[in-house]
This record gives sequence, structure tokens and C-alpha cells, in this order.
Amino acid sequence: MKTSPLVIAGVTLRSRLFLGTGKYSSGSVMAASLAASGAELVTMALRRVRTDGAPDDIIDHLDAQQYRLLPNTSGVRNAKEAILAAELAREALGTNWLKLEIHPDPKYLMPDAIETLLATRELVKRGFVVLPYIHADPVLCKQLEEAGAAAVMPLGAPIGSNLGLETRAFLEIIIAQSRVPVVIDAGLGTPSHAAAALEMGADAVLVNTAIAAATDPVAMGAAFKLAVEAGRLGYEAGLAGRASKAAPEAHATSPLTSFLA
Amino acid sequence: MTFVDTWKKHDFAAVAASIATRTTDDVRRALAKQGRGLNLDDLAALLSPAAAPFLEEMAALSQRLTVARFGRTMQLYAPLYLTNVCANICSYCGFSAQNRIPRKALDDAEILADGKAVAAFGFDHLLLVTGESSRYGFAYLQNAFRLLRPHFSSLSMEVQPLEEAEYAALTAEGLSAVLIYQETYDPAVYPKHHLKGPKADMAYRLATPDRLGRAGVKKIGLGALYGLSDWRAESWFLGLHLQYMEKNYWRTRYSLSFPRLRPHEGNEIPVTPFNERELVQAACAFRLFSQEIELSLSTRESPHFRNHAYQLGFTSMSAGSRTNPGGYASEPESLEQFAINDDRTPAEVAAFLKSVGYEPVWKDWDASYDGASAPTVAAVN
Repeated sequence: MKTSPLVIAGVTLRSRLFLGTGKYSSGSVMAASLAASGAELVTMALRRVRTDGAPDDIIDHLDAQQYRLLPNTSGVRNAKEAILAAELAREALGTNWLKLEIHPDPKYLMPDAIETLLATRELVKRGFVVLPYIHADPVLCKQLEEAGAAAVMPLGAPIGSNLGLETRAFLEIIIAQSRVPVVIDAGLGTPSHAAAALEMGADAVLVNTAIAAATDPVAMGAAFKLAVEAGRLGYEAGLAGRASKAAPEAHATSPLTSFLA
Repeated sequence: MTFVDTWKKHDFAAVAASIATRTTDDVRRALAKQGRGLNLDDLAALLSPAAAPFLEEMAALSQRLTVARFGRTMQLYAPLYLTNVCANICSYCGFSAQNRIPRKALDDAEILADGKAVAAFGFDHLLLVTGESSRYGFAYLQNAFRLLRPHFSSLSMEVQPLEEAEYAALTAEGLSAVLIYQETYDPAVYPKHHLKGPKADMAYRLATPDRLGRAGVKKIGLGALYGLSDWRAESWFLGLHLQYMEKNYWRTRYSLSFPRLRPHEGNEIPVTPFNERELVQAACAFRLFSQEIELSLSTRESPHFRNHAYQLGFTSMSAGSRTNPGGYASEPESLEQFAINDDRTPAEVAAFLKSVGYEPVWKDWDASYDGASAPTVAAVN
């Protein structure tokens, strides 16, 4: 069964599962896990990759034919640092795609809404395809969309928490009103979380810890692949919803509509 | 890109045919969502003949969702018709250019006299209405806004389509809402009823809410005129339009209205069916589709209907309406646009609402919110 393709900034991606590259025990485990996941878009922290041409355990294990790189700005604390990091990433990795993440707080790694909006405006002007990582804040998502973000990446739960879709009520609003793809990022801990995200209409999910820190990251990559496909297929098939108990004329009296002829 | 691009992707007749095939199961699925996250397919099911036996269930859910969002309140409003001069020939309208009726446009003194009469009823907001003419266009409206602004905290209008810059300029004069009804989304029917004049341009009218959204108008009222084409398909296209507007102009509030054709000056025209039961079905379907949307109940409907339907999803009612220019004070006998059906005074309507435990709302805005466009105290005095 085929589902509709995901298109971001005019590029059709073969998978709705995006993966991180951190926390793996080795480059080869990472490569096997990515392959099992079917992911095409792969994010890596600029601060973790060698930008001087020296051998790099992440980049060297990524087949340029198979994967599209999504450098991220993890570690920057404000818009100014993010813009600098973005320019470096574009230079070093040869892509104008960018996962923008700004967290001034090193403990919980909460994204800074104000700096993210400012940085998005500037980076779009500079020709970047910007995918900002942010709170599940519907108004912020619309403002980022207007600023030219190619997608929005609201969090499902605190990063690394594996709690799942804790922000569901806000994600539903974001999905309902967004004109750009919605990628749920952070907090997804199990394949069923990813399936639930796609079922509710999210365009994609980004997963790192849940796969990289699993006992068997390769098998877990495959599990997320199936979950994302199942969730999307379920969404497109039209969920049946809970069964309504309503039966026509079930009401002995019709107190609200009996005035009608 | 405007709504015209979205509208073109759907064939009116095919939509009407598709709605007719919706099943009881489709209706059950839509009802099971309890007003959360309904899509256009769910709306089609609730508008379909298959939903008719579920009307009581829809009404109960609609009532619950409405009270949860709006409380037991009802906005009251009244239109002030500034002029019946109109360059359009429309089959269903008393102001149609070919009707040989006395034409009237209120002058400054008359505008103030009628405005003060409406304010004396207790209304703190006012809906200005005109026909369509180049003579009584933007500049005439701007003047009316300046005259009336000190007497009302918010002004809205139901007038000819304007350009984006004109809407933006009137917003600076205190314009807070614009009602612009498409009349019909059916391209086979639209030209049959809009025979001459600027309104004959269907695409320009379809794109008018886009211009309003871009101009930053705070509230936009959408609707179809029921009686011109298939009511179920009209309503579905209205849902499509609403969804498009909410996605693209998310800072704006939206309201919907369900005007039915009323007796009017001019030739009789064939009217497609849309009875009271179907009007309730349409209103409840929209409440289930959107818990946030404002729904308006017109004085086109009878007191009996309004006294029962008020609690089924509606959030505003006109009251004491006069649909002729000068109808409140300066020229009560001029020709009305259409015959109203509920001639109770605003006080009588308010008394009824209070008797059933609803609070009539006369003021729902403050000019100070309009920031730079707010009148100064000196101007008010």
C-alpha cells in the first residue's frame, strides 16, 4: 500500500521518519540502524561533526546517495549564534537545509521561541530551508510559517524523555491550521508514539534517543519504520473513530427539535 | 493564490452528488468525534440526507459545544441601511437596479439620526449596509464611519466588495467586521441571478474574503444565500471556504450566516428548498465542524423559529431590524431590501432571552482596543 509522499521545500522525501545521529555506540551501528529505518532525512549536530575535512565517524558512515543531510544548530544559545552555526554548516556540509534549534537552557534543552523566530526570519532571507524545533505552540507555528519556515517541528514531550505525545492537544491545533508540514520532534519513546503521531495527521516524526539508545538499535529502526508507515496509512484510510451509540429516532422525545414541522 | 484556486478544484454538481451518497455509518462516525477534529468529509455526512434522522442528537451536541465555548449568551445586532442605490441587477434583491423604486442615500444628518436611534435601543455595535455603486463607495463609507464612530464601540459592514487598501483604510477608521456573502458557490447558477453590474464577476466576489484577510480585518462573515442552489453543496463549499480562510488568515475571527430567500420587490424567482428543519441541520453541522465559529440567526426567520432555535448553536441574532435606508428615524417608509419575519423590538427579543436564561450582549468590543485607530476622548465629546 502506498501513501502520499511528503514534500518539504519542493523535495519529495521517501520516508516520513527522520532520524538523529547522536547517542549511537558506533558509526557502523548508526549506519545499520539508519538503513533499517528507511529514513532519508538525517540530522546531525554541527558541533559533533568535523568540518575541517578530517575523518568523521558520523559523516563517513552516511552514503551521500542514500541520505539527505539536515545539519542542526544544537548547542547554540541565541539567534546570533544560530546564524553563525548555520553558515558554517552550509559551508561544511554543502546543504542549505537546517534544523534550527536554540536552547539557552542546558539542563532541559527547552527551545527559545523568541530567538528561534528572529533567527528563522534572518536565515530564510539568507536562503536557508529552515525547519525550526519549537514548543507545541500554535501561534508560534503560524508566525514561523509566515517567516518562511519550510516546516515546523513542535515537540511531543521534553527531549530525550521518551514520554510520547504529551502535547497532543496543542499538536492537534497546529496540525489543523498549518500550511507547512508538521514534524513532531522530541519525546517520542516508542514505535507506538510515532504511529500515534502519524495517525493524528502529523506529516513526519524525528526520532533519535528511542532508536539510538535501544538495546538493539537496528531492530528498533525497523520497528519505527513500520510504525510510521502504519500510522500514515491509518491516517489516510480515515479513522473509524469510536462507535457512536446514536441510533436514528432513538430519542423517545425530541426536546430540542420537536418545534420543527 | 486566493480561494478561487481552491474552489476550482471542486465541481459543485459532483459535490452535491457525493453528499447524497453519504451513509448512516458516515453520520455515526462524524457524530462520534463529538465536535473534535471533524474534516470536510464529516461535514458532508452531517449535511447529507442520511443525517436527517439524527437531528435531535446533532442539536443536543451542538447546544453543548456552543454553551461550552460561548456560555449562555447571545449577541444582538441591528443593521443600518445607508443606501438602496445599486448598480447590480440581481434576481432576488429588492434593491436590484431594474426595480423602479425610489432611491435613497442617507446624508450626514440622516446617518446620525438613524445611528442614534439604533444606539438608543441599547446597541453598542452597528452593522452598516449598502447596495453597490461607485457613487456610494469607499469615500461615502469612510464619512459614515467618521460620523458614527463616536456613538459605537465597534462598526461592521455588509457592503460591496472593496479593494484591500480600502479595507485597510476603513480598519483604521474603526471597521472591525465585514460580512460578505458569496450568495452561491455554484458556477452554473451564479450568472443566472447576477445579471448585470460589478457583482456579475463571480471570481472577484470569491476572492473578497482573501482581500479582507490580507487587510487585517478582525472578523469576516461568510455565507451563502439559501434558495439559489442545492443547500447541502452550498454549505459544504462554505465549509471549504471557512477552512481555507482559517488556515490562511489565522488572526481573523469568522462568523457564518444562513440567510434564506425572503419575499422582495421585483419578479418572483424559483427557489430551491431549504426548510426550517434543514436550516437547523446546517447550523448544527457547522457547530460540530467548528466549535469556535460564530453563527448568526437572522430576523428573516419567524419569532416561533427563533424562540426555539436560539439554543441550537447560534451566537448572534439581529433584532429590531429595518432593511430600508432611514428605516429607524429619518425615512421609515422607504423601500426595504427584503421583508423581515420577526418584528419584535430589540427590548422584546432581549426580554425573551433573559426569560430562558440567556444573557443578551449589547457590547462586545472597546474602541480602546483599536489602538492607533481609536478615537480620542476629545473626538468622542
